[in-house]
Amino acid sequence: MITKYSHTPVWVLDQDSAKKFYTEKLGFEVRTDMSMDGLRWLTVGPKGQPDFELILANPGPPMVDDEAAKAIRGLVARGALGAGVMETEDCRKTHAELSKRGVQFLQEPADRPYGVEAVFRDDSGNWFSLTERKGR
Amino acid sequence: MTTAPDVERLANLRAAKDLMDRSYAEALDLDAIAREAGYSRFHFIRAFRATYGQTPRDYLSARRVERARDLLRGANLTVTEICFLVGFSSHGSFSTRFKAEVGLSPSEYRAREVRRGGPPPIPGCFVLMWSTAQMRNREEAAPGGGP
Repeated sequence: MITKYSHTPVWVLDQDSAKKFYTEKLGFEVRTDMSMDGLRWLTVGPKGQPDFELILANPGPPMVDDEAAKAIRGLVARGALGAGVMETEDCRKTHAELSKRGVQFLQEPADRPYGVEAVFRDDSGNWFSLTERKGR
Repeated sequence: MTTAPDVERLANLRAAKDLMDRSYAEALDLDAIAREAGYSRFHFIRAFRATYGQTPRDYLSARRVERARDLLRGANLTVTEICFLVGFSSHGSFSTRFKAEVGLSPSEYRAREVRRGGPPPIPGCFVLMWSTAQMRNREEAAPGGGP
């Protein structure tokens, strides 16, 4: 039976820029960066979660056709897409550190029933939650 | 068609929208926001509307009402405190705008949410990012407001 969710894609506008953002600003490590037949397979992940891979996917052939690619690039640029929740042991401290590194936040850390949460965007325009869960 | 200049244009408009999402509680200068995005005020309003379906002013109002809903659901504050906290300059303008968007006055909304048992088990990030689009779609379907 299904035991885990191991990979998830996020559409990025430029893989070099995204690689820099996720490693230098978010502190992720590169899991794979290789090219084959015109496809650059680039994945990153948090250091403390070695069995998870976030695919930094470039919209375009061979992954999607040109029409889809143009639609996706438009959606990413206008900020319509989000790719999930990242956890932190201390939301306010991490928010301060990431802000110093130039990460753009949409919402400052706020108290929620489930903990403390902030919202930020990556360099392409995807939004993410940064959540410190209560009692974890 | 989404060419490279389109992507840059969209990113600039998004940055202006993000600024409103961050700073909704402040008195915002539309001319300054337009300049930041690389437009004159007139062209900024048109470009924003073409991309997001609302004028910047309507979007900002919707964001303030949405944040007010969040506070009415969960915060230990009076309606008047919330009104000024989210950036409205008068209780009258707040109530009118709130009722037009939501279909209930702020107090009626709060009472209903309390009856329903408090904040929904939906992460705040999704409420923040998806709720203004939902409100806009509802307004387009039934102008004048809904529940």
